[in-house]
Amino acid sequence: MQSLSKRFQYLFRSTKGLTLVAIAVVSLAVAIWGMLSGPLAEWGVRDVVVRALNMDLVEAEREGRIVMLYHSIAMAVVAIEVYFITGIVQMKKSQRSYINATVTAGYLCAITFGLLFGYFGHNWIFHGIFLFGQSLMFFGGLQLAVALWPWKKEYLIQDPDRARTKKGVDLERVAFFFMAVATLGSVLFGAIPGSFFGNGFETFLAENTLREPNKSPLDLAVIGHLHIMLTLVGVAMALVVGRWLDFKGTWHKLAMPSMIVGTIIITLGVWAVVPFEAIAHLIIYVGSVFVLLGGLFLVIYAWGKIIRDRIAEQGIEKPSFGQKFKALFHDPLKFGAAWQMVFMNFVVTFIGLFMAAKLDEIMRVWPAREERITLTGHWHTLSTIIATIMFFYFADMVGLKGRARKWLGWTMIVGSNIAFAANTAFSIKRLFVSEAAQQPFVNVTSLLTEIGLGSVLIALAVFLIWRLIDLFKRKGLWSKELA
Amino acid sequence: MKRTYIILLLTAVILSACGPQAGSGDYSDLEFGTSADPDAWVRVGAGEFYEGQFDHETMVDYDYEIMVNNVTNAQYAEYLNLVMESGGVEIAEYIGLSIQMEDVDLENDAQGIVGDYPGDAFHGYNHEVEILAGIRLHMPVEAEGLGIALDGNEYRPLPGLENHPMTAVTWFGALAYCEFNGGRLPSEIEWEKAARGADRRPYPWGYGISESNANYYHSDDPFDGLNAGSGGTTPIGFFNGQAYAGFQTSDSQSPYGLNDMAGNVWQWTGDVYENTHLRYMRGGSLASYAHDLRIWTRNSAGPDYFSPNVGFRCVRDPMD
Repeated sequence: MQSLSKRFQYLFRSTKGLTLVAIAVVSLAVAIWGMLSGPLAEWGVRDVVVRALNMDLVEAEREGRIVMLYHSIAMAVVAIEVYFITGIVQMKKSQRSYINATVTAGYLCAITFGLLFGYFGHNWIFHGIFLFGQSLMFFGGLQLAVALWPWKKEYLIQDPDRARTKKGVDLERVAFFFMAVATLGSVLFGAIPGSFFGNGFETFLAENTLREPNKSPLDLAVIGHLHIMLTLVGVAMALVVGRWLDFKGTWHKLAMPSMIVGTIIITLGVWAVVPFEAIAHLIIYVGSVFVLLGGLFLVIYAWGKIIRDRIAEQGIEKPSFGQKFKALFHDPLKFGAAWQMVFMNFVVTFIGLFMAAKLDEIMRVWPAREERITLTGHWHTLSTIIATIMFFYFADMVGLKGRARKWLGWTMIVGSNIAFAANTAFSIKRLFVSEAAQQPFVNVTSLLTEIGLGSVLIALAVFLIWRLIDLFKRKGLWSKELA
Repeated sequence: MKRTYIILLLTAVILSACGPQAGSGDYSDLEFGTSADPDAWVRVGAGEFYEGQFDHETMVDYDYEIMVNNVTNAQYAEYLNLVMESGGVEIAEYIGLSIQMEDVDLENDAQGIVGDYPGDAFHGYNHEVEILAGIRLHMPVEAEGLGIALDGNEYRPLPGLENHPMTAVTWFGALAYCEFNGGRLPSEIEWEKAARGADRRPYPWGYGISESNANYYHSDDPFDGLNAGSGGTTPIGFFNGQAYAGFQTSDSQSPYGLNDMAGNVWQWTGDVYENTHLRYMRGGSLASYAHDLRIWTRNSAGPDYFSPNVGFRCVRDPMD
């Protein structure tokens, strides 16, 4: 009994345990629900899963189901980020416990009952619990914002290497704080149209409105909500990575103000989409430049630090360029976290900019379905990139070492990069290949995407099985992590 | 580890060759008689129907007739020969994107069937492109997926494609055909009512979809291996409950007895909206995922867009 209670304590009271549970829950959801879409759907796997699990999939409700799925998974992802933040940012122990407990109850209610409601008949009690779970998440976020308040005396810093105001206000904490506040506001920004469309069940996917010339304010709010939430999840993770890599010095002093200003401007820009659509995009672009610069400064610092740390570890006094280059790739987890931020620009940012610049000349000449593929491709890629960075951080947190660290890290980097590159090429295929001749190109890009994502998921599964087995050991890693 | 990834990449490339390949047959090897009558029309009576994904009760307060099948290559070729003789359309060089747009790199050397269009009112909405009166592209002379070709001075359907839907035709070309034959392109509402009938079904034939119902992505019909695996159109009325080359179809007509109202080719609809130059298509195509074959799904493109996956059918006022 005592051993059970200790394991429970590990899984639901420690940052590592909580994160592990959330990753396992998300992985399970992705493993099952991933089989409902292409190419597994075309291969017949979808029908087997639907029959085996007795899912109730009404054709007209597809969009509503997908909205439930996105929100269910997103709650767990946000919970993981909250665990990371409460684990690394200084706050009272009681605040940490309350926040973690609230978001844990929140995401578990949301993902469990959201998916049950969406895919297994519409039990309205389940829908209520789903909403209750989301409300708990919001309440957890409020507590987090309070706990992050940066102007408290005990959180002032004097370290000259870290970005701070003259009075010693920690600008990194300010960045976390504004990210949290912006997230809360953006949640409401989505919750208002969400309750309207959810109430009448005339829900839609944002990508299906892309060429609607007259979008209602609520339509615009839905589109804005999805973009800003994903952006803020990205900002939060960039800040966590900074803390992980002990981000400091000149780059830190440049990055933090940039992140703060960028977060505020982007958020206000997205909210402005509803009343001032004409200028909102310009505001968003300006904010994006600041956030991307913040990310760039972090990457520059991170790669420098990775090289310096490895060279110091090797005891090389005057390293050659080759030695430095090799040192950069020594640790795939730390290198990968920064690399994914760079790679993200090739498969998300640049694609988005290209689309915006060539919208009328190219994208709007294609049929709408082609444009939709490009749109959905780039935000799915962004969310998966963020997920891999989260995993790198967690794998390091639990002390993954040696060959396992290298294999897991490189498999994730190479696998995900192959998948994202192939998926991006697929999504803009009309630039290279005509409709009539596209199939060989589609076959290759689809296969590379599946191989890439498959290798990432296998690596993740191996990791989770390893940790599951560990839980059955009396003195497993879990017991050390708990101690 | 490098070796592992090289092996993985090579495996990917090799496996990619496992799909249907170019040269795995052509249309003339796949001639199936479906007994569908390309000249058949059906009357759709006035009345309410459930429109859209959320079943809004919508009134169509007039009767109309709609073609049972999509316009075929044979029909379009016949029309072209008639209308070219009378000078209604001509072969000329056309501008790749025939709508006026600034800063667009235009191809000027392509030949197409072109004809007059009176232009649309322009309202200056965001992303709206002005469509001026003038010569507009009806179809290219040569294009991938085109099922008709010039034989001397006459257009003829390619062998095996006589009863396949006419594709690679622009909205202008589809409209011209329908008007020449005393009809028009269906409005979105007319199209949807004809596809759905009086109940709430998501597909013309009922509530679920399987490979035996329609030609869509990975439907594995006998035409799937054509065009380097991109798939080919099925002849009109192919999904009629018969088996062809071992492929069992289901009777998949709409409640009004229309064939191919989901899959095979997207179908141009006739609405010209005030706030956009885009034209809308319905029904999904051989390249669409199953969910895009749901009755309410829309696709859109400029009126001069043509594709191997886009065709049309016409409506007309009742003959009696």
